[in-house]
Order: sequence, then C-alpha cells, then structure tokens
Amino acid sequence: MFRKVTLAAAVGAAFLAPVAAIGADDAQVQTIRDEIKNLQEGYETRIRQLEQRLEQTEQRPAATPEAAAAPAQSAPASPNAFNPAISLILDGTYTNTQRDPSTYRIGGFVPGGTESGPGFVGPGPRSFNLGESELDISSNIDPYFTGFFNLALEPSNTVSIEEAYLQNTGYLPGVTVKTGRFFSGFGYLNEIHAHAWDFVDLPLVYQAFFGGQLNEDGIQARWLAPTPMFVEFGVETGRGANFPGTDRNKNGVNSGMIFAHLGDDVGISNSYRIGASYRVTHAQDRTYDDENAVGAPVTNAVTGDSKMWGLDFVWKWSPNGNPVDRNFKFQAEYMHRVEDGSLAFDTAGANVSGDYRSSQSGWYMQGAYQFMPRWRVGLRYEELNSGNQDIGLVNSGALTAADFPLLAANDPKRSTAMIDFSPSEFSRFRLQFAHDQARFSETDNQIFLQYIMSLGTHGAHKF
Amino acid sequence: MNRWTTLAGAVALCAACSPAFATVNIFACLPEWAALATELGGNKVSVYQASNALQDPHRIEARPSLVARMRSADLAICTGAELEIGWLPVLLQTAGNQKVQPGQPGFIAAAEFVDRLEVPKRLDRAEGDIHPAGNPHIQLDPHNIAKVGLVLTQRLEQIDAANAAYYESRSKDFQGRWSQAISRWEKDAAPLKGLRVVPYHKDSVYLIKWLGMVEVMNVEPKPGIPPSAGHLSELVGRLKGGAADVIVHSAYQDPKAATSLAEKTNLPVVELPYTVGGTPGAKDLFGLFDDSIARLKAVKK
Repeated sequence: MFRKVTLAAAVGAAFLAPVAAIGADDAQVQTIRDEIKNLQEGYETRIRQLEQRLEQTEQRPAATPEAAAAPAQSAPASPNAFNPAISLILDGTYTNTQRDPSTYRIGGFVPGGTESGPGFVGPGPRSFNLGESELDISSNIDPYFTGFFNLALEPSNTVSIEEAYLQNTGYLPGVTVKTGRFFSGFGYLNEIHAHAWDFVDLPLVYQAFFGGQLNEDGIQARWLAPTPMFVEFGVETGRGANFPGTDRNKNGVNSGMIFAHLGDDVGISNSYRIGASYRVTHAQDRTYDDENAVGAPVTNAVTGDSKMWGLDFVWKWSPNGNPVDRNFKFQAEYMHRVEDGSLAFDTAGANVSGDYRSSQSGWYMQGAYQFMPRWRVGLRYEELNSGNQDIGLVNSGALTAADFPLLAANDPKRSTAMIDFSPSEFSRFRLQFAHDQARFSETDNQIFLQYIMSLGTHGAHKF
Repeated sequence: MNRWTTLAGAVALCAACSPAFATVNIFACLPEWAALATELGGNKVSVYQASNALQDPHRIEARPSLVARMRSADLAICTGAELEIGWLPVLLQTAGNQKVQPGQPGFIAAAEFVDRLEVPKRLDRAEGDIHPAGNPHIQLDPHNIAKVGLVLTQRLEQIDAANAAYYESRSKDFQGRWSQAISRWEKDAAPLKGLRVVPYHKDSVYLIKWLGMVEVMNVEPKPGIPPSAGHLSELVGRLKGGAADVIVHSAYQDPKAATSLAEKTNLPVVELPYTVGGTPGAKDLFGLFDDSIARLKAVKK
C-alpha cells in the first residue's frame, strides 16, 4: 500500500507540473479535467460492478439449505481471536551409554559449545532425561512482517531463546529478510528444529564445528531467482558471538556468510536441493579446558579467524510424489574449517602464546526410509578428520605435543541406526543405536529411546 | 486532496489498462483448481498445477520446485481451510512474492467462499486430524465449483483488467455449461439417493450430501489415522448386518484397507477420482462428476 501511495504521488507530481505550466490556457485545463472526470467515473463504475458481483456471490443461497448451517462462516467474536499460533514440543529420552558421558570428547578438535542446549555435544546424561521442551509462538504482525519466537526449556530448568526474529517476504520481489536471533542458514540441518530431525542427536560435524546448532543474532537476506528451477542466494551477518566465534564487545559485526541453494524435481517421484555455504568469523580468547603433559588441568585459549565452507545435499523420493505410504530421504553434508591465529597455553598460569593453524573437515550421510505408514528406519554414517594442527609453541620446542592432548591427531567415526514409529502426525517414538568412536581410541555404544510430541498448531515443515 | 485521489485513480487505471500481462501466471495448489483456472482463463493464463490426483492433498512436500513456481505467480488458488497447512505456508513465507499473500487479490482460499460442512463443535486433537474451519474437501459439490469460479473470474478481471471482457465471456460460457451439467447430474444420480456409503477418509462428504447419499462410517478410525487390523475386524462386525451398500476410497489412497474390508463384508468397493485426473474418466471438471456418478451407479444396479 505504502509503495502504491508513493508511486501515485510521484506520478501525480509529474502530471501536475505540466498542468501548472500550461496554466493560462483554461480550455485545455478544462479538457484535462473532463478527461480525468471520465476516467474517474469509469473507474468507480467498474469498482461498483465488481462489488455488486461479489455481494451476489456471497449472498447466493447454498446448494442444499442444510449446508448453510456452518457456524464458522461468521466472524469469530472472541477477543483472543488474534492470538498468535502456539505450539509446544515435548521431548524426552532414555539414554544408555557404555562410557561415562561426562568424559565425552570429540578427540582432535578444540571443544566448544555446551553440553546442553540445542543439539548439545555428546550423548547427554544417562537414564531418563527430559529433553528440550520447545515453545513456538508465531503470527503475522501486520501486512509487512511475520514474527517467530522459539523458547527452549532445558531439563536443568534454564530457559534459552533459540530463535526470535521478524521476517518480511516479497517487499522486493523474491527477497526475504529476517532479523533478530535465528538459526544460521549454513548447511541443511542447521535450520531444522530438533523435533524434525531423523535422529536423536546432531551429526558429529555440527557438534565439532558449531558446538551444536549455530544461532546468530543478526540479519539475513535471501533472494530467489524468478526461474522455474529453484535458485536462491543469501547473505547473513551478525554478532558472531557463538562458537566458533566469540563475543568481542565491539561495534559492527563479527560474522559474515554467503550461501546458495539449487533445487528441482526429477520426474514426479524425486526432488532434491543442493547448497553451498561460506562463513567467516573471529574468535577472541576462546577458552577451552585441557590437561598439560603431567595431567594437571589447564585452560587454553584460541584467538584468530575461523573460516568455514560447506556443501549440503538432500534428496527425497516417494512413489508418484505421495509420501503417505512410503518415502525415502537421503541427506549428506561436508564441512571444512580453517582456523588461523594464536593459541595461548595455561592462561591462568604460564600463559605463553604461539601461532596456531588448523585445517579440519568432516562429513555425514544418512537415509531415512518409511517402509509403511507410521514406520521409518534410518542409517547414518559419519567421519571427521582432525587434519593438520600447527601449534607454534610445540614447533618452537617451548612445549611438547603432550601438553595439548586434546589436539592430537584423530579420526572420529560414528555409525547410527534408528527405527521410529509415529502413531499420528503429532507423536513419534524412536529407538536409536550408535557405535560412537569420537573419543581417542575408545568406543562408546549408545542406546536411546525417545518420544517427541507436538501440541497445538503445528506449522509446515521445510523441504 | 480530491485532485490527488482523482490522479491516483487515473494512474491506477492507466497502470491497469496497459497490457502488463502477457499471461497471468496461476499457481494452483490442487488439480481441481488448475482445471477451473484453465476453463476460466483460457489462453490468457498459464497454469502451474502443484500436485496431482494421486497425491494426498494434506501431505504434499514443500519442494524447492514449488517455492520457485510460487515466486513467479500472479495468482495462487488453493483450497484453504487448513487443507494445505502442511506445505502452503512454507511456500508463501519463502517465495518472496507479495502478490500471492493472503489478503491480496492474488490469493484465493476457495473454502472461504462456500458453505463448509462438518465445522467441528469441539476442537480436540483426540478427534484426529480435524480442520477447525470445517471439512476442506469442498470440490466434490459442483455448486461449490461454480461459486469459486465466480470469485476466480472476478480476481482475474481485477489483476488483468485489460482482458476483463475475455474473462467475463469465458465465465458466462462456463457457468452456463456448468449449471446445465449440474441439472443433468442431479437427474442422472437420482437413483443414488439414500445409498449408504463407507468412505475411507472423510473426503467425499460434499458429494454424499449433494447427491443425498448417507455416510454410514469411515474406514479410518479418526481422520488421518490409518486403520489397524483390530479396527478393521471391528468394522467387519459392524458392516456384516447389511448396514451399508458400498465402500469407497479416493484414487490417492492406498486401496488395501478398503479392498480387504470389502472382501470380508462382501460389499462392493468403488474407487472415486476425488479430483481431476484421479481416474481416466476424470479428464476435466465435467469428467470428474460424470465419472464419479457413473462409478457409483455401476454398483447400485
């Protein structure tokens, strides 16, 4: 509407200028007035006709008189009618692990993130666990903006805001802008909420490189090309306060990202999306806990640029595009991260610092197959490569590699299998088994039983 | 102020009178609306049909290709009443297209313009996947098609004013042929009055109501919940005493449950097209009703 008024004003001004210039010629002015009057009358008649026709359509009696009884046709009178859509996810697991979960480390990788929160690192505590209860509230704000709010209530009785953003779509053709806090558009799985995952936990590559699921306080813009094929480009920037970045207490932004997506159908039964992302952020004194060569606990800190790129791919199949009875979903992601800067050893004691450079990568691939209504089975395989880690303090001989046991070379692997049963669209039970080789030379067998329940309005899921 | 309004009006009219549209791009969520758009838009529109008759309209994936098509649409026509709630919102929120947002002339939720049946008095998910705005499978009453057709014509005239006369004459032609067809169908289907049917899902209530048939029960225990073996054997018991005449299922549904129930109860089973393209006979909107009635009459004899 605003744009229309602006346009009308601009064109109106252009109209008025010549009229004023002619000025003296009354006859001409009169002619123009008459023309405008004619136009206006034609326009009003047209609107009247349309209004009448609409009225007739609305008043036409129903085909069968009984059918007219539908009460919902009248406007809802409740003052709560404008309440936003609310949905609540209840999630819980029973966890059985061979090894103590508190000793869980992804060996060879500088740890980050938390051991709780969205897609935490590790299998989580043993026995019965309340998972993350998720409260979603969303609504159109006005004709221009939509608001979305997602609260994660942790079993430890803490509350965190996973997402809280406002979004506009289409103010500029094809452009969708969101700002606030949101799950970053990096990769495929990062934007998907935990209740829609095909496995209980996140792939190791997310746990190692983002310390869970990456959310960003910032702004994101996407542009969708006007082509029959899905071609989308996006940029994102923000505070970059979350792992692998840190809050830097400075003006401006601390992260930048670009991404692109391509997608289409292959016949009626298949469709896919591929994506590529590149993100840069900076860590300032990002601390982590390790042990020195004699086994005493130390706190080390990384400072430097963290650059990451990733490729993602998702393929869905269902017979004739109807996923109700059977469907299959395959997804795979690859990520590569380079960190370049300095590493400080024992910040509370010796506090010596040297150069640091790491180049690490990881990938996973997984498939989930619904072989009959309600039942799905899934398999996931993943590998990480701790790559080359250049530690200046070790190279110079000041310290030994044994002073950085967590950064020793390692190739974590994990294989996971799951089966889930969904009594309805709103409830799901899952059994998952994982053979986890993330630790240095130790294998952990993990069993999870999970329920995911969805209460209230439940929004549509992304592809 | 008055002059400004006049000028704005004149400008709006001139914007509309220029041939801005080579063709109007229509995104039709479901086959029935694609067929209607083709009937009414003729060669002035280009229709993209987002789903086919063998796909469950509740469960279409919000595929990238659909987002891309929504991006370039000048008009989107869907059923609404939450039928497409699992996929349409994603398309609207990510396509970056202001023209087809709800509330714009370019968005039609067809169910808003007809009288909906089965508006639940009690909203509770314990009742299965019910729709608060009533049963959304509105296309199986041809009177509803006529009503939605009027709305679509009016919106086409609004969006593509240069071709208003063209749409007007196509609409007159279609509505004329359609009301003749309705009279023919109603006469033709008179013997179906009172026929006791057991549909798989509650997706033929408009057809049943229109033709004066009776829905005895459904094969699904609750909407959206597939029947278990236990539930099927319970249905066999309830249907054995001659409580129903025919079991029906729609083309997009797996016929297994309906067929096995039919075998155990010795009742005939009929596959209905449900929408355009569901059966070879349902080639267009006229064929949809011709074929639905013919298939039901075949078991009546």
